[in-house]
Amino acid sequence: MLSRIAESLFWIGRYVERADDTARILDTHVQMLSEDPWAEEDLACRSLLTVMDHPVADDGSLVDRGMVLRLLAHDQVNPSSIAGSLVAARENARRAREIVSTELWECLNTTRNQVSGTIRLARPHEYFSWVRERAAIVAGLMDSATSRDATWHFMMLGRSIERADMTARLITTQTRLGHAGPGWTTLLRSCGAYESFLRAHSGLASDERAAGFLLLDRLFPRSVVYALENAEQCLRELEPVEGRHGVADEARRELGMVRTSLEYATLRDVLSDLPDAMERVQLACSRASDAIKARYFPSGAVTTWVGEAL
Amino acid sequence: MADLFDDYPQSRAFDEMLDAGGQLRPPYERVHATMTSLTSAEVSSRAEALARSYLAQGVTFDFAGEERPFPLDVVPRVLETDEWATISAGVAQRVRALEAFLADVYGRQQVVADGVVPQRLVLSSPDYHREAHGIEPVNGVRAHVSGIDLVRDEDGRFRVLEDNVRVPSGVSYVISNRRAMVQTFPELFSSLRVQPVIDYPRRLLAALLAAGPEGVPDPTVVVLTPGVYNSAYYEHSLLARLMGVELVEGRDLFCAGGRVYMRTTQGRRRVDVIYRRVDDEFLDPVQFRADSILGVPGLMTCARLGHVTLANAVGNGVADDKLVYTYVPDLIRYYLSEEPLIENVDTWRLQEPDALAEVLDRLDELVVKPVDGSGGKGILVGPAASRDELTAMRARLQADPRGWIAQPVVQLSTTPTFVDGAFRPRHVDLRPFAVNDGEDVWVLPGGLTRVALPEGQLVVNSSQGGGSKDTWVLGGRVRPSGDALGRASDGTWSADGVDRSRDAPGVPIATNPADHDRASHQQQQQQQQQQEHHDATGVAAAMPTEVDPC
Repeated sequence: MLSRIAESLFWIGRYVERADDTARILDTHVQMLSEDPWAEEDLACRSLLTVMDHPVADDGSLVDRGMVLRLLAHDQVNPSSIAGSLVAARENARRAREIVSTELWECLNTTRNQVSGTIRLARPHEYFSWVRERAAIVAGLMDSATSRDATWHFMMLGRSIERADMTARLITTQTRLGHAGPGWTTLLRSCGAYESFLRAHSGLASDERAAGFLLLDRLFPRSVVYALENAEQCLRELEPVEGRHGVADEARRELGMVRTSLEYATLRDVLSDLPDAMERVQLACSRASDAIKARYFPSGAVTTWVGEAL
Repeated sequence: MADLFDDYPQSRAFDEMLDAGGQLRPPYERVHATMTSLTSAEVSSRAEALARSYLAQGVTFDFAGEERPFPLDVVPRVLETDEWATISAGVAQRVRALEAFLADVYGRQQVVADGVVPQRLVLSSPDYHREAHGIEPVNGVRAHVSGIDLVRDEDGRFRVLEDNVRVPSGVSYVISNRRAMVQTFPELFSSLRVQPVIDYPRRLLAALLAAGPEGVPDPTVVVLTPGVYNSAYYEHSLLARLMGVELVEGRDLFCAGGRVYMRTTQGRRRVDVIYRRVDDEFLDPVQFRADSILGVPGLMTCARLGHVTLANAVGNGVADDKLVYTYVPDLIRYYLSEEPLIENVDTWRLQEPDALAEVLDRLDELVVKPVDGSGGKGILVGPAASRDELTAMRARLQADPRGWIAQPVVQLSTTPTFVDGAFRPRHVDLRPFAVNDGEDVWVLPGGLTRVALPEGQLVVNSSQGGGSKDTWVLGGRVRPSGDALGRASDGTWSADGVDRSRDAPGVPIATNPADHDRASHQQQQQQQQQQEHHDATGVAAAMPTEVDPC
């Protein structure tokens, strides 16, 4: 497969997952700000924007929900917002049009067209629901119409890395805000994990268990550990030949190290160090992404033509 | 500018939003301001959003073979902190008295010996079950969940209309109403401090666990439903889901060796606490109706052995019998040595000959109710009844005075309700829910407000053209404290719950460089377009070999 195509597939996976997860994060926070009479809007919004890589200068101005929605939900230019990543996912699909199935392409294309349409004016919760539904359709189309070859593995690799990264960010938003945050049950609900969690713990919910579930659960597909494990599995499929010792694949090493550091630590230790642990997950995802790029998507060296002196 | 409250009529009834002078009552200020700022079309669109949310959640009832969303009105019912404090204390007081009465009636019957209630009152109650004698609850709780129906009279005072300590339903609407309203009117929630209702499942589970049989450290709780065709099935599944416990039907359970088990894929699993939403009569075909296919044969024996806890207990109906209701104020004085905080509605006991005579005489201005009815069934509203209905009722009252009570027509309070494109007063009642865990009676802040949608209609029941409203109790609670994994207590990584120390910027979010690099993008785009142009004009040109990386 062409590196350029592989890179596009990887990014389709990442962008769609990003739109989905960002919608989930925003939905919780916007809902919390609406529902919780004690919420400190400025503080919560600043914290959220910082976690989502949009820090706002502390110049005394007040940051409100509207600004958060503008930057993280509706900005079509920046691929770290929902609209932006849906636009970018479609651009990437266009570059890989001959590999991507027609159904998937049309779905991404339709989504991109709708982003600039009336859905912009919908109430936040409806907008987020729409985003989640579109992401679910994309996931379903990928699942049912992609051969389990490199095409699939690159898309899944992108999705899993993004999911680990975003779940870590979601957890960070809560740890930063503490009591001013949406609360762990809301977080679980935003990941669709609440009912699984309640069943797993037969209703004896506690904050520790909730955080542990989102971080470490081996069976729930949105937990950090599950997503990391999934990404590693994709990398193994892409490069099945393993040496006799160690891990040669840089990306796999990054992901595996951070996963084992979570999995083999006691829950108590992980929780006492949660913000740093989450930052380590995000950094590991970022380094793994770089390593994947270096290994699978090398771009040609930049050639500069210099006028030769005669 | 005309708004949707124009021509809002004032009547004899107490209006929750406007006082007698037509002035806004304080708790409604925000709601009124928000509602007047909307046009009829906007309110309609929000009302549709509420209905859609209910369709999606499956909160529907069957109407002529079609699924209709349960009507939820756009205007919330708002209660002030102080008002609520009285209601909450009054409800808890009533639940404590009813618990004491149940323990007494199924025990030594001291209350009868002391002459507070006549023995025949207890013995003649169709819901007094001898089978429940000798089942001693572990933590003394028989009414784990109660719903006390309140109405507000012409003077604005709350009064108890009836007690429900069997299987009170409706709490799922409280939870789903709130969820739908938060999504539809976020601006109201951000400006008002509305007390949350989502604690209910947790409180209920805690109460059920506390009621577990002795010697079981980690009791298994299940919710027992009659099945998917029951009108409250949505509620049963919601509660099971939010408590994280199994929702079982009678056929999923069986009794063996004095214990109750459920059939699972991994063999039988013991069940310790059953939150049953099946009526007494259907619970155990061995003891009650032999034709019941909803129950579990042998269940009562297991309960009597103390190996399983039924919540609510069997035989509670004796305490919410409408004739016993008339004695509840006396029961409160007798058991608790307190004065009732919420009064009853005046009621005639038809067994007393003078009362019967007066009622028969004034039947056309009174309301008569069957003592063991629920759901608005069998109620006769005198002023609205025909001559034939009144005659028929007179005969029934004379034949069975124990079976009926009579009350004056209470003008239920009204609240603005969105009907036909405008806000109009409609009558409402209120059912607060109380959970008793043996230590404390907790009253869910709010409760179910039912509204009679037809104009002037005084019976507010969902089976009779009723809808509901989200009930908001304002403020009053301090911000929750303690460790919500913000680690406030040990201070390891958060000072006052908010982590201000970590000013470190977030980890950057990566993007595909190809999407970023606008300059190279444009150059590439231009060259690719140029190429098109050349191709079109038939001039073959080599693609530039060196392009910027993407």
